[in-house]
Amino acid sequence: MWDAFDILLQANFWAATIRIATPLIFGVLGALLCERAGVLNLGIEGIFVAGAMSGWLAVYLGLPLWGGVLMAALVGALFGLIHGVLTVPLGLSQHVTGIGVTLLATSVAYFGYRVAFPNVGTPPRIEPFPPLDVPVLGDLPFIGTILSQQSAFTVLAFICVGLVAFVLARTPLGLAIRAVGDNPEAVEAQGLSVVGLRIGAVMAGSALMALGGAFLTLSAFNAFYFGMINGRGWVCIALTVFASWRPGKALIGALLFGALDAYQLRLQTITGGAVPSQIFLMLPYIFSIAALVLVARRADYPRALMKPYFKGQR
Amino acid sequence: MIRFIPRERTPVWLTVAVPVGAGLVALLLTSIPLMLAGAPVLEALVLMAKGAAGNGFALAETLTRATPLIFTGLAAAVAFRAKLWNIGAEGQLYAGALATVAVGAGLIEAPAYVLVPLVLIAAALAGAALLLVPVLFKTRFGADEVVVTLLMNFIVLLFVQMMLEGPMKDEMGMGWPQSAPVLDEATLPKLVMGLRLHWGLVLAVLAASGLHVFINRTVWGFRIRAVGENARAARYAGLPVGKAMALVGLISGGLAGLAGASEVAGLKGYLTSDLSPGFGYAGIVVATLANLSPLGVIPSAIFIAGVFVGADSMSRAIGVSNYLADLVVAFSLLSVLVGGLLTRFRIRFVRRETA
Amino acid sequence: MNDTSLPDAAPHDTRPLVLSLSGITKRFGPLTANDHIDLDIRAGEIVALLGENGAGKTTLMSILFGHYVADEGTVHIADADGQLAPLPGGSAEAALKAGIGMVHQHFALAENLTGFENILLGTLPLWSLAPRRGAARSKIERLMAESGLAADLDVPVAQLSVGEQQRIEILKALYRDVRVLILDEPTAVLTPQEADGLAATVRALAGKGLAVIFISHKLHEVLALCERVVVLRGGAKVADRPTAGSNRASLAELMVGRAIPPRERPPSTPGAPILSLRAVDVGAPTQRDRLEGASLEVRMGEIVGIAGVSGNGQGALAALVAGLAGAHAGEVTINGAPVTRADPAARIAARVGRIPEDRHRDGTIGALSVAENYVLETIAAPENQGAGILKRAAIRVRAAQAIAAYDVRCPGPDAAIRALSGGNMQKVVLARVLEREPLLVLAHQPTRGLDIGATTDVHRRLLAARARGAGVLLISEDLDELFALSDRIAVVHAGHLSPAMESEGLDVRTVGLMMAGHAADEAA
Repeated sequence: MWDAFDILLQANFWAATIRIATPLIFGVLGALLCERAGVLNLGIEGIFVAGAMSGWLAVYLGLPLWGGVLMAALVGALFGLIHGVLTVPLGLSQHVTGIGVTLLATSVAYFGYRVAFPNVGTPPRIEPFPPLDVPVLGDLPFIGTILSQQSAFTVLAFICVGLVAFVLARTPLGLAIRAVGDNPEAVEAQGLSVVGLRIGAVMAGSALMALGGAFLTLSAFNAFYFGMINGRGWVCIALTVFASWRPGKALIGALLFGALDAYQLRLQTITGGAVPSQIFLMLPYIFSIAALVLVARRADYPRALMKPYFKGQR
Repeated sequence: MIRFIPRERTPVWLTVAVPVGAGLVALLLTSIPLMLAGAPVLEALVLMAKGAAGNGFALAETLTRATPLIFTGLAAAVAFRAKLWNIGAEGQLYAGALATVAVGAGLIEAPAYVLVPLVLIAAALAGAALLLVPVLFKTRFGADEVVVTLLMNFIVLLFVQMMLEGPMKDEMGMGWPQSAPVLDEATLPKLVMGLRLHWGLVLAVLAASGLHVFINRTVWGFRIRAVGENARAARYAGLPVGKAMALVGLISGGLAGLAGASEVAGLKGYLTSDLSPGFGYAGIVVATLANLSPLGVIPSAIFIAGVFVGADSMSRAIGVSNYLADLVVAFSLLSVLVGGLLTRFRIRFVRRETA
Repeated sequence: MNDTSLPDAAPHDTRPLVLSLSGITKRFGPLTANDHIDLDIRAGEIVALLGENGAGKTTLMSILFGHYVADEGTVHIADADGQLAPLPGGSAEAALKAGIGMVHQHFALAENLTGFENILLGTLPLWSLAPRRGAARSKIERLMAESGLAADLDVPVAQLSVGEQQRIEILKALYRDVRVLILDEPTAVLTPQEADGLAATVRALAGKGLAVIFISHKLHEVLALCERVVVLRGGAKVADRPTAGSNRASLAELMVGRAIPPRERPPSTPGAPILSLRAVDVGAPTQRDRLEGASLEVRMGEIVGIAGVSGNGQGALAALVAGLAGAHAGEVTINGAPVTRADPAARIAARVGRIPEDRHRDGTIGALSVAENYVLETIAAPENQGAGILKRAAIRVRAAQAIAAYDVRCPGPDAAIRALSGGNMQKVVLARVLEREPLLVLAHQPTRGLDIGATTDVHRRLLAARARGAGVLLISEDLDELFALSDRIAVVHAGHLSPAMESEGLDVRTVGLMMAGHAADEAA
């Protein structure tokens, strides 16, 4: 059984952990930004798909890699705008609208892909983000191996954690976002726009979600596949509760999830088919549900989450 | 500035006009991507309509496709009525399908009048049991059922794949991951010779009527509506909130399970892991289009089915991707949500004056 | 329009005008909520705005604060140089910028933020990076020292007491250098002693030139604090006069528009105990709204009133009697039978009629019809169902009878109850509760938010239940209501329930002191 423990000592394992966690970091950050402002965004799964597809397509059509990243963010923000307008000023059910946005974003991405490539068997490829080339650190034995398997896109994810944490905790904008998710009346009484803040937060959060998708096609892989998101968005919603809406904990949650996923992938090869592979593939989903159930009772939901607000109604 | 003024009562014509209008708006919106794709918009839409209802065969195909959608639409409608956000009908459908094969593919040998009901009951129970888990998580631990049911869809599908590659794999299947076929005695008979239309449709319509009566005319239906509209007040009034939720879970999961049984025992004959092209998710759209009314689920399921069948046929004819159907479905959902505002509010446009 | 419409103080007043409303009119459909209201306010003035619920106070202040746009009329406010300038309507931001601050009855605080953060909210450009917290901090501390408003600025507002939260609200306004401060029912949530502290603060602020609009319906406070009183009735201004020379009776008459008939409470002959609490604990010790070692007896044919500032344990008491909570310790009996578990259905079966505090959230189900709400508690009874099938025709007939008997104004038994006014909604709740001839009636804030007519109706019904022989437990924050209806009154403070005292000859001041936590003997 030493093999099972040995996994933890492999640099490759830790490299995979970070690679698996990176899209989730973006996703959880995006979801928590929306929810901190009081809006549940179940459009996340579809926005992941749309981000993966649009970012990749932009690069395929000739944009530089960072141009693809920007394109994905814009597309994400656009779907965020749709979700925001329907749920904030119109006050429609955030659950059903979110599902609708997921259906829309997914079908737009798939349809767009089929329009662009009507009859291709193997998906066309792009040149993805190159591995990091870090001086000094990159030459270290263990850490160097881990770093050499990451890209600048991963670094962006870590920067975003700090950025979102800073904005929420230290800036007037973050103050307003936290307030609007707790008591929109307080925000309006201070002369700020509830609708503007919420739509803005949902757009920014959706842009982050789309980056999570784009990471898959621009860095982790080099092509767009149908079904490649495969529930990652939903996992992020669960992890957001687990992270109790804090960027730091979101990072920890995503890394923990990445580690579990990377571990089960390696365990799968060790057991060599004695256990059906599906059992291992189920583990991440089961882990997400377990995490949600464990923290649900203590979870400190933003007070105004999922409660529509109409001006002048009290 | 737009002002929403709540309506005391919704005119009956609006409850029909809104979903119909939403469907039309969805088709209109879909012409934008069609245009961007350089396809002949009008021709594509006409071909879709013809493909869905242009002749008897097309219509029968649409009704065949509508059958599972009625079941999953009912599953979503009853759950959403109680504010139980069951997004897991896809998984419950597969659970029902799995149970159908487990019971109907040789486990028991019995005449059809025994085996068919047995298969249906097994499928309903499997779907119900599956939804009971998130309901318990919700009532016991306060875990949001949306995420749990969504994630369980993936778990169930993996489980189905595991069973199809393992214990339930058909020995005669030439290596394909599919189950053994259900016995003839467990098969839902065809409605018309030569068409794929089967008795599942009759069951679905019966289920819709039964649910309509149940929700509107019975004590438990009343309790479910009360809990869904205001759980706090229902609890204050001494209504059994937990039991009502559990009952809703059983009914909703059971209906989704029946969708699986109907597909396997009525149409496919065996189980594969691509049995459902998202019937569970489309059920949410069907229910929302029907404004969560059980009887309304029937026409709205037929509409959504028509979109899928029509898009398939259009796609074969002019080569536009049949993902167009998913676009129409998504647009329908969002349009009917916005349109629903019209049934609840009068919309007044007022000029914003400065005093 | 009325005898006293001229502000007779104005000609002699040399203080500069800071706010001038003229001809403000606001209609909602057929209802005229504000009818050509004129109002001038000068620097340093404390003006009371009096009126019953529905008189138009809230609408007028909402127009001033930018929540609504007036149909007619103008608002002028002095700028920094004292020049009157028109205020654009419909914008809270413009109102704030112009120096209007409002402290709502329900605080507009984000509870996950600290007091400091709440004060800062919206005062800095959203896109600025580092807020100048130091400067803000010292300004707030200076304001606190000047006004005597003390509160912990660095813990989440959720952890502050109601009084502290209110002080944060006032500081929020002061921090923005308001020239006009609107206080909406500020004492509703305070003990009489806290209210005195607030009054001192308001006087100090007015002394520095702040104009204060004090909205209240507590006449004694208005008389003690304000120099001028403006009375609204039915949307119109019916009086604008100095407080000096006014008295409670004349103001009450102006508000109501008629002399208030004294309430008749015939003597009662209490019978056997129907509700009995002996050394009962409800709620966790960490909860603010809890009961500790509470003992109480309510007998048939009497009304026992519970006085106290909201959140001191009356919520726990109501939850216990309503069946939402159980007792951890002690003995509770209803009609002689012991009660232990939290079980609303069991209370209903034991013939307890429960009128909840919040009729929207607990009392009714908005989307269901009047008839369905009427049978909500008794849906399983044989008259409403057979073999699980609803007897819809019978339900409608009986609901229609109840609508007639309780004078519920509604389109019919099939109308959704959310379309009804608060008073009519409460009548449906009363019908549901009282038609079953309960042995014990729990009335938790039964008249909150109701107009005079509906309030009178509720009082009449409760007295009728008492006359029929029911025991009534009346929980209210309105001392006038408690003294008018109750045979005995107990006071709850910080989870402790005082013994019930005969209301005949009981001093309101004693009750007020007990609400603030003084024991009965020191209070008397």
